[in-house]
Amino acid sequence: MLANIEHFQNGIIVRLKGELDHHNADKVRSLIEQAMMKEQVKHVVMDLQQLVFMDSSGIGVILGRYKQVKARGGRMIICHANRTVNRLLEISGLFKIIESCDDEHHALSSLEVVS
Amino acid sequence: MSVNNKFSLTFSAQSSNESFARMVIASFVATLDPTMEELEDIKTAVSEAVTNSIIHGYNCDPSKQVVMNGIIENGKVMIEIIDQGAGIEDTELARTPLFTTKPDEERSGMGFTIMENFMDQFEVTSTLGGGTTITMMKRIASKKALYN
Repeated sequence: MLANIEHFQNGIIVRLKGELDHHNADKVRSLIEQAMMKEQVKHVVMDLQQLVFMDSSGIGVILGRYKQVKARGGRMIICHANRTVNRLLEISGLFKIIESCDDEHHALSSLEVVS
Repeated sequence: MSVNNKFSLTFSAQSSNESFARMVIASFVATLDPTMEELEDIKTAVSEAVTNSIIHGYNCDPSKQVVMNGIIENGKVMIEIIDQGAGIEDTELARTPLFTTKPDEERSGMGFTIMENFMDQFEVTSTLGGGTTITMMKRIASKKALYN
């Protein structure tokens, strides 16, 4: 399994697992896109705690979903990025446009979701 | 005492071999006793180079082959990723952050920037139609002290 996706009021939590490289990028993208097809999905929280490896292919997947979230007026929040992934997100400038949080709980309260 | 070692590996240009290449390089550098961070840096840089060869060099044609060479010398690891694929027209332009020839495929255009940032030395030589060779080097800090 590459991702576990949970729906909340008006968004989804995507818990990425294992390795997100070019080999898995298309599968991960369609998993998230399928979950985003429900019309009430506006916000996406990306939890990277269980992600073992990611390279620039993952940057492409995250940036692609960010654009979709933005297009429907939602917010994307990334949490639990490890040191290497943090550097990737920083180098690629993603942290200039995408918010980050310590954990899912903080992400959800920042989205004002009642849980 | 320096631990000198080398390997050469040839594998098919298919995406499942990206994780294979990462595992091989991780096992190879293990003798240098790298930190988790150093190991992740090397794996990420190798992943970028191999992915580039598969996607851009060979357009994901599994009948083609990627070569990965590694040398350990004096606490440094030197890695070469070689393909005989499409080649790069303008390597300076290709090294520009966010530049990609495949924007429609959600390629981030960050591969070369990541290799440059994660390794101590990085070089790309390429001939249009003749292929691309990536050469990169990283010093492993835990051993560096021994050689100073």
